Amino acid sequence: MLEMLESVYTWIQSQYLIWTLVKIVLITLPIITVVAFYTYFERKVIGSMQIRIGPNRVGPWGLIQPFADVFKLLLKEVILPTNSNRFLFLLAPIIVLTPALTAWAVVPFNDFLVLSDIDAGLLYVLALTSLGVYGIIIAGWASNSKYSFLGAMRAAAQTVSYEIAMGVALVGVLILAGTLNLKQIVLAQQGGLFDWYWLPLFPLFIIYMISGLAETNRAPFDQTEGESEIVAGFHVEYSGSTFAIFFLAEYANMILISGLTAILFAGGWLSPFEGVPVLGDTALGQGSIFWFLAKTVVFMFMFLWYRATFPRFRYDQIMRLGWKVLIPISLVWVMIASLMTVLGIVVKGS
Amino acid sequence: MKRIIEYLRSLMLLELLKGLSLTMRHMFRHTITINYPEEKTPKSVRFRGLHALRRYPNGEERCIACKLCEAVCPALAITIDSEQRADGTRRTTRYDIDLFKCIYCGFCEESCPVDSIVETGILEYHMESREEGIMTKQKLLAIGDRYEAEIAENRNRDAAYR
Repeated sequence: MLEMLESVYTWIQSQYLIWTLVKIVLITLPIITVVAFYTYFERKVIGSMQIRIGPNRVGPWGLIQPFADVFKLLLKEVILPTNSNRFLFLLAPIIVLTPALTAWAVVPFNDFLVLSDIDAGLLYVLALTSLGVYGIIIAGWASNSKYSFLGAMRAAAQTVSYEIAMGVALVGVLILAGTLNLKQIVLAQQGGLFDWYWLPLFPLFIIYMISGLAETNRAPFDQTEGESEIVAGFHVEYSGSTFAIFFLAEYANMILISGLTAILFAGGWLSPFEGVPVLGDTALGQGSIFWFLAKTVVFMFMFLWYRATFPRFRYDQIMRLGWKVLIPISLVWVMIASLMTVLGIVVKGS
Repeated sequence: MKRIIEYLRSLMLLELLKGLSLTMRHMFRHTITINYPEEKTPKSVRFRGLHALRRYPNGEERCIACKLCEAVCPALAITIDSEQRADGTRRTTRYDIDLFKCIYCGFCEESCPVDSIVETGILEYHMESREEGIMTKQKLLAIGDRYEAEIAENRNRDAAYR
């Protein structure tokens, strides 16, 4: 029995295509599961921040709630508006979801668990995360509804504005790390909590998190949905499984941004106790996938924390913050980062 | 100079941090939610719920068809017909309360000289058709008979303040 399994395992490994497919499934399925529980976690966290309990009816402590939600959405009818563009209307959710999941291909979970270890990893991630907004614009246009269209316009303006600040913030990381490869970026941060890039690049770290919020259209940047102004923005007309896909994409994007923040600014899978006298020698001092997941969860929690705390920005405030505050600060700090590297204050990695 | 300090201060995001600390503190507070069907909030003895007609301990109905409740009812929800019984007393032949009209103000209860019509603490009831919204004399008496102990207890506890 064991030999048979082993021979199957070696055969699968020899078949490059199948082995890659297996890896893709091993990355995608956990992400979708995490998305399901992330919605539960969100409702619980926001509930307790508002001194409520949150979902507690379906299963013990409401743990089955996400599955109840998923089944409800999948069993509901997908309504196609009469004057919508049917093809684009159904294509839009797929365009939104695909980049959100595809970007995980280059995310290193630890020093060998990565689907494709390409040298332009960061560029690839930037390219894919900005593709998602096309799905939102198409969704807004194809619905043939004024609210969806307004939401789509807002999404376009917001994403374009914050992409710049986000890109410039990442330039700081590139200057210090000297590579676009996500794995090398993590390895360049070796040496413990204070060698990670959040410390020398602190303003860029904050700017990256703020732009990450804007990129994923989360509160306080949820202009595109804006329940109180434009009903639900770009997904007013969506129902059932198409609506579920939009939400799957939004939460997958949030997890992705959290993971990227962990990799770029918080040392990815590296342990914070590295180099600490006693603790550093134990298992806690070893870099492992658990450190990566723990950091990701912390940043995921922050998304919910912001949502429970901040009210929504007005449209002109968003534009002002993006263009007149974030971009200048990030440009200035990129120069400071270059100076720090040239003067040798921060040792350039790899 | 003042403007520069103001600008630098805004970059520290102090207000945002203050807000974040507030929500974080609330997260560790005790929840105030009450799991309704299992847990219930305490109810006043003066709670004005579903109506009931009471009887005297000897089984005689209290209502003497004085129609004060009908007169005082601001929503005109009460309809009363009466007749003289064989023993010479006046009794109702019909006592209808339209629950859809009723605003549960409790005036009928206050106006009643013989404590006949009362509002009980019952708040969980439903109707499956529109006709059920009319409480007839039989239904009201049945409720009174069933919850007499509770009604009397509530009236006793409130007696000092009436």
